[in-house]
Amino acid sequence: MASISRMVALYRLVSMNLPPFQRLVDQHARPLHRFLCGMVGPVAADDCLQETLLAALRSYGGLRHDGNLRGWLFTIARRKGIDHVRRYARETPSPSPPDRPSPPQTMRDTDLWDRVAGLPTKQRTAVTLRYLGDLPYAEIASVMSISEPAARQNVRAGLASLRKDYT
Amino acid sequence: MSNVAGRIRNLPSDDHTGALNRFGRRAIEEGSARVAYSAVESPIGDLTALVTPQGLLALAFETDDLDRIMDSVAAKVSPRIVRAPSAIERVRSWLDSYFGGRYVPELRLDRSLITPFQDRVLVATAGIPPGEVRTYGQVAALAGNPKAARATGRALGANPIPVVLPCHRVVAADGSLRGYAGGLDRKRLLLDHERGTTTRR
Repeated sequence: MASISRMVALYRLVSMNLPPFQRLVDQHARPLHRFLCGMVGPVAADDCLQETLLAALRSYGGLRHDGNLRGWLFTIARRKGIDHVRRYARETPSPSPPDRPSPPQTMRDTDLWDRVAGLPTKQRTAVTLRYLGDLPYAEIASVMSISEPAARQNVRAGLASLRKDYT
Repeated sequence: MSNVAGRIRNLPSDDHTGALNRFGRRAIEEGSARVAYSAVESPIGDLTALVTPQGLLALAFETDDLDRIMDSVAAKVSPRIVRAPSAIERVRSWLDSYFGGRYVPELRLDRSLITPFQDRVLVATAGIPPGEVRTYGQVAALAGNPKAARATGRALGANPIPVVLPCHRVVAADGSLRGYAGGLDRKRLLLDHERGTTTRR
């Protein structure tokens, strides 16, 4: 019985009317891009955004999300961002922090971008999801696979560290 | 420095439209998009062409509710719909030829949105030469059901590929234009254009 009801639930999920993928892109590309700028820097963010959207499109219509499509997109983006940072760190061992992104041409607040980029991965992820991706804490928790209090704690710690740097 | 959060929120970032365009192109190239669409200019206003690997799936007027069309395509064909101007080149050149009054090349169609009865009606309609018209009753007869003039009208009104499948060549028995999903002005423009093309030939 249990397995039948689970199959019915899965079937509902598959047959759930999904919006056209491009609509998701148009709704979420900007916050996704800003989140990735914070994670990997603006130059790599372009590539990571493409990779995120392609990976999402490939499995779109499958079972890899629970109806929260925004959270699902950010989960993929976070993975792409972290993959990129790891690959970059492996390829270019250097004395400077390997995951520190180069600043974008258009920005004025260079210092702050750099400081965000210099945060430990978890704090940086939480802070950028919150303030660049504009996600509520419940979604940050789900994207990072941590508890909601832990998500808040990471954002708080990240902000505290940025504030301290500034004084 | 109390409002660090606000300053992070306000951090400017580069434009990402280039990345989105490259995504669209790659999605088509690697085949992970099932439906591609793009707008194309025409003398009867901007049209939006939706294509699949099989061919042209739908053509929408700028007055159509594009969101509703996309929802319907997502449900009936695939939700993997991506905007990609490069994917509709064949449609673009077909429309250029058509509106330029030149010989129109063969254009492959994807008939997924067309019902069987509608298909018989549209095939009959496609047999009407440019510059000529038939009545709803005549087309119903050609489609094998002379009494189904009303159903024929409905089938034509729901034609997902107007202009290319020329439902505008079907008029009322008294010669009036009757109706058109894109509005009567467009129907008149298309018929006038085709008559002009025919006389020049």
